[in-house]
Amino acid sequence: MARGPRQLTGTVVAQALGAALPGVVTASNDEWVEVAPDRVEDALRWLHDSDQFDAAQLSNLTAVDRYDRFEVVYHLQSLDLNHQIALKAIVTDHEDPVLPSAYPVYKGALLQEREVFDLMGIRFANHPDLRRILLWEGFPGHPLRKDWMGMVGGHTSGLRGFPFENKEAPDRIMNAGNLVEHGESLSAQTRRNVEGAQPGQGH
Amino acid sequence: MTTSAEPFVLNIGPQHPSTHGVFRLRVVMDGEIIRDLDMIVGYLHRSMEKLAEERTYTQNIPFTDRADYLAAMTGNLGLAIAVERMTGVEAPDRAEYLRVIFAELQRIASHAMANGTLISDAGAWQTPLLYMFREREKILDLFEMTCGARLTTNYMRIGGVSFEPPAEFWPALQELMDEMPERTDEYASLLLDNEIFLARTRNVGIITPEDAINGSLSGPALRGSGVPWDLRKAEPYCVYDRFDFDVPVGTVGDVYDRFMVRMEEVKQSVRIIKQAVEQIPPGPHKNDIPLALRPEPGEIYSRVESPRGEIGFYLVSDGTPAPYRFHLRSPALINLTLLRELGVGSSLPDAVVTLGSIDIVLGEIDR
Repeated sequence: MARGPRQLTGTVVAQALGAALPGVVTASNDEWVEVAPDRVEDALRWLHDSDQFDAAQLSNLTAVDRYDRFEVVYHLQSLDLNHQIALKAIVTDHEDPVLPSAYPVYKGALLQEREVFDLMGIRFANHPDLRRILLWEGFPGHPLRKDWMGMVGGHTSGLRGFPFENKEAPDRIMNAGNLVEHGESLSAQTRRNVEGAQPGQGH
Repeated sequence: MTTSAEPFVLNIGPQHPSTHGVFRLRVVMDGEIIRDLDMIVGYLHRSMEKLAEERTYTQNIPFTDRADYLAAMTGNLGLAIAVERMTGVEAPDRAEYLRVIFAELQRIASHAMANGTLISDAGAWQTPLLYMFREREKILDLFEMTCGARLTTNYMRIGGVSFEPPAEFWPALQELMDEMPERTDEYASLLLDNEIFLARTRNVGIITPEDAINGSLSGPALRGSGVPWDLRKAEPYCVYDRFDFDVPVGTVGDVYDRFMVRMEEVKQSVRIIKQAVEQIPPGPHKNDIPLALRPEPGEIYSRVESPRGEIGFYLVSDGTPAPYRFHLRSPALINLTLLRELGVGSSLPDAVVTLGSIDIVLGEIDR
C-alpha cells in the first residue's frame, strides 16, 4: 500500500530508534515501525524528544482487531519538519489486552485512548482517566472487536462480495453510458411489469 | 463577613443551547468558579465505524456527511482522497477544482455557523447568528442546485464528484464571492468595536502553542495559538498547491484569536474560490472507476483540513469490497482534549465561550 505524502519510511525510523533504544523495535517495513508493547512509552518519548524526528504531535491513535491480536496504531507528526511517522504495537493477549498509555508523553492521547478502551477494550496502564467515552457504563462488551456479540451463523462484520456484482464481467465500469447499457435490461423488465399489470392487481 | 457554600454539581446539557448539540458538561461549582469539569458525550453515537465494515467504500461516503454534518463536503473529500490513495484511482483535473470550490464554500458556511454561535454564547443572542446564516443560506443553495442536498451532500466520489454544477451555479457563485468582502467587513464593524464582545473573548480560554501541539489540537484551535499548521499548505491535496493564500494565525491563543482566525479564513477561502473559478479547466467531472472496487490488502492514513481541523481516515483493507477497519479521526473530539484544563478555575460563562470557540460538532464527536 502507499504511504501518506509526507510519511517517513518505516525502516529508516526503525534504524534510528533501534540504535538509540536497543530491543524496542520488533519489526519494520516501508510504512511503519513495530515496537515492543511494553516499551511503547519509551519509543514515543524518544521520538518526541529526538531532533531528527521531532514527533511533536500525536496525530492519530487507534486500534485494529486481528482476531488473535490487537494492533494499536500511532500516527505521529512533526509540525516543524513536516513529516509523519507510523508506529504500531502488537498486543497478543486478546482476552485482556493491556498497553502503557501514551498520555505521559502526549496529552492528545487522553480522549483517543478512552475511545480505544471503550470500543476495542484495550486497557492503557497509567492513563489518568480511563473510562468509557461514547457508550454508557453498563454496555456489554466492546463493539469494534470482530467477535463482539457473535450473531446467528457465526456472522462477523465484513462484506465478502460486492452487491449485484457481475462475476462474468469483472471489468464492468461505472459511468453514465455503462449505466444506460446495463440498466436497460432492468428498466425494460420493470416497464414490462408495469405495462402488463392490470388495475387492481398486485400492490 | 465572608460567605461560603458547599461545592455543588451542575449539569449543563445534554439539551442546552450553549453546548451546540447533545453534549453534557458536568461541573462542580464553588460559587462562580469551576472546581471540576467532566464532559459526557456519546448521545449521538451510531457506531459508524462498525457499520462501515459492512459497506463498500463508496457506500461509506454518506456516513461522512452524518459525521461532521456542518462540513459534509470536507468529510466526503477526506474519504474520497483516502480511497483514491489506496487504490491508485485518480480524479480528473476539473473534479479537483470542483472539490476545492465546494470544500472552501463549506468552510465559509461552517465558519459562519461556528462564529455565529460563538457570538450567541458571548451574549449577543441570535442577531449576529442570523447575519452569518444569510451567507450560509446562499452557500447551501449552491449545494442544493448542484447535488440536490443542502446538509448531507454526498457530493464527492471516488474518482471525481457526483455532478457537474448547473449553468446557473456559476453566476450565483460569482455574485456571492463579490459580496463576501463587504459582508465580512460588516461583521467586523458590528463586533470588533463592541466592548462587551471583547470583554467576553479577550484573554479567555488561553491555549499555549506547546499545549495545543501536545494536546493534538488542529484547525483554528491550533492556529489560534499561533501555530501556522494547515494541511492545505503542509500536505497539499487536490490542487491547493496551485493557489495563492495565507494561513492566518493568532498571537495570544484566546477565544478572540480563534474567532479571528475563522474570520480571516473566510477571506482566504474567498480568495481560493476566485482563483479556482478563473483556472478551472473544461473536461469530465468523474473518471471511470471499477464498480467492484477492491483495494489491495494494506492500510492508509489520509487526512484533509476540515473547518474543524485534521479529519483523518485510517482505512485497513483485506482485499474485500468493504474496509476491514474504518477509523475516522475526529478533530472535534480531539480538540476537546484540553477542555478540562481550560475550564477548571475559570468562571462558568468563560467556560461556555471557550467551548464555543473550539467549535464542536456532536455528529463527528460521537460518530
